[in-house]
Amino acid sequence: MTEVTPLFEVFVRSRRGLDHIHVGSLHAHDAEQALEYARESYIRRGEGVSIWVVESRHIHASQESDVESFYDPMDDKPYRHATHYELPEGVDNM
Amino acid sequence: MSEASDLEQRFEDKIAADERIEPKDWMPDAYRKNLIRQMSQHAHSEVIGMQPEGNWLTRAPTLERKSVLLAKIQDEAGHGLYLYSATETLGVTREELVAALHEGRAKYASIFNYPSLTWADIGAIGWLVDGAAIVNQISLQRTSYGPYARAMVRICKEESFHQRQGYQIMVRLAEGSEAQKQMAQDALNRWWWPSLMMFGPHDGESAHSAQSMLWKIKRMSNDDGRQKFVDQTVPQADIIDLTVPDPDLKWNEARGHYDFGEINWDEFMQVISGNGPCNRQRLGQHKKAHEEGAWVREAMAAYAKRKAETAHD
Ligand SMILES: [Fe+2]
Ligand SMILES: [Fe+2]
Repeated sequence: MTEVTPLFEVFVRSRRGLDHIHVGSLHAHDAEQALEYARESYIRRGEGVSIWVVESRHIHASQESDVESFYDPMDDKPYRHATHYELPEGVDNM
Repeated sequence: MSEASDLEQRFEDKIAADERIEPKDWMPDAYRKNLIRQMSQHAHSEVIGMQPEGNWLTRAPTLERKSVLLAKIQDEAGHGLYLYSATETLGVTREELVAALHEGRAKYASIFNYPSLTWADIGAIGWLVDGAAIVNQISLQRTSYGPYARAMVRICKEESFHQRQGYQIMVRLAEGSEAQKQMAQDALNRWWWPSLMMFGPHDGESAHSAQSMLWKIKRMSNDDGRQKFVDQTVPQADIIDLTVPDPDLKWNEARGHYDFGEINWDEFMQVISGNGPCNRQRLGQHKKAHEEGAWVREAMAAYAKRKAETAHD
């Protein structure tokens, strides 16, 4: 039986000061190698200034079926939005 | 060039170029310490700030008001979380931060040491306290430490609802009965000066300001922020026919700003050093909640441990 090479998820920060964003995944034997591959695979054209790699098995994701509950609080709680509150005339930005 | 000064040079270059410093970058020890102090103080303020508002949750005048206040307080807890997590990227633990608060080594915004006496205070807090915090936080979206700046962007998105719901409470009271209008005026009278104090001492007298400005941790001076807040808030009071409690307040055509009176700095120092009306109560409440919640943390740790063990069997 052949040994399976672990899968890593790759996150790239496009510019200093921004969040790292998921760009894809790759196989590597360890984190160091994954970083090297990520550089070769995902930022050949200066797409980023920083890379994070995380072994895919360490990512825990929500379920598609949970999605409704994500929208729920927004739909029935319009008062969480600033636009819910009318400002008196003359008060423009708040 | 030695390695240390090389690193320092690179750090200074990033600051000069208006670039963000990220957790794994080299940074001077004093920069790290300064950030931990300011960011944890900010986090503690979000959390302690829930108390004066929580005081009115069960007595909100309508179910709608109660839902709004609950949602706002929930946001503040979230702000505390964003800020604690950002602070933890500097290599300090949540436990250390909370211990520093409990032992009086870390501060929180002194405004939360004032009591919320009437329902109008909930309006004044949203309008003035969140309003002042927004002025400060907008400028901090450009702070030099990346995780802090990004936390501020998230927080600012949520703040404008906070200020508007507070102002709306004031609007309604101000157009209500004589007694209601008086209640709104009384809240403005009590919260106005403490709100101005939120911006801290005058620029020349602020202990950490100069270095923080150089390092671009702070992007706006205390006095500039205060002026900005006064300029935007006074017209909002005028429109609802409430009077800002400052006899020296007047529009200065030449400066294009409002002139305003001097803050009572003795009171400011008193509150900061622990002698405000509610200092003991606020900290006591936080400690009590922390201690009474210990069994929950223990139970969750025990459950996680058990689950891990059975998974391995
Ligand atoms: Fe907040
Ligand atoms: Fe807020």
